[in-house]
Amino acid sequence: MSNAKVGNDDWATCSAKNTARLKYWAAAWVATTAIVAFGPKLVWDFAVFPTILGVFINLAVGFGMIVANKRYLQGLDEMHQKIFLDAGAFTLGVGLVCGISYEMLEDVKLISYEPEISHLIILMCLTMMVGMILGHRRYR
Amino acid sequence: MKNRLKVLRAERDWTQAELAKELEVSRQTVNAIEKGKFDPSLPLAFKAARLFGMSIEDIFQDEAAS
Repeated sequence: MSNAKVGNDDWATCSAKNTARLKYWAAAWVATTAIVAFGPKLVWDFAVFPTILGVFINLAVGFGMIVANKRYLQGLDEMHQKIFLDAGAFTLGVGLVCGISYEMLEDVKLISYEPEISHLIILMCLTMMVGMILGHRRYR
Repeated sequence: MKNRLKVLRAERDWTQAELAKELEVSRQTVNAIEKGKFDPSLPLAFKAARLFGMSIEDIFQDEAAS
């Protein structure tokens, strides 16, 4: 292609950088979440200061991940943004409807245990994955 | 929406990846547009028109109007 722009920082390179940045932030957030979840019990015996520090670091890294995710989305092309938007909307709906129903199950004595937020998060992650796969298949 | 993107690309002997690079989108997006599965936004349509030196109407046609 004669007039192709061959820059060092073209769209594909930028997109790959955004993806890598999001990956690092997500890994850091998972690590700090694990520290806050297990540290008080296994490492510092529920001492208040390290726990508070851990929570603040976890929140700060979490916000960093949100910013990285925003940049990642802005760096996608319009079709991939649409796929993400459709999957996100589907996930939000499933999370809201199933979350409220799940929470009510205990109130109406259909289940004997306390509903766990982690179950809802797993459902939302799986829904997002399915939504993304279906979106990519639709435009293939 | 129908389009002549595949024909125009073939006339210039460009690959989907080369066209995608010029339009600053992914190769999958170029493929979806060529197959008529995804309609590009107005800015992307203008970018394609500028690239091929044509008007938008010469590249994209509304199926409902034809």
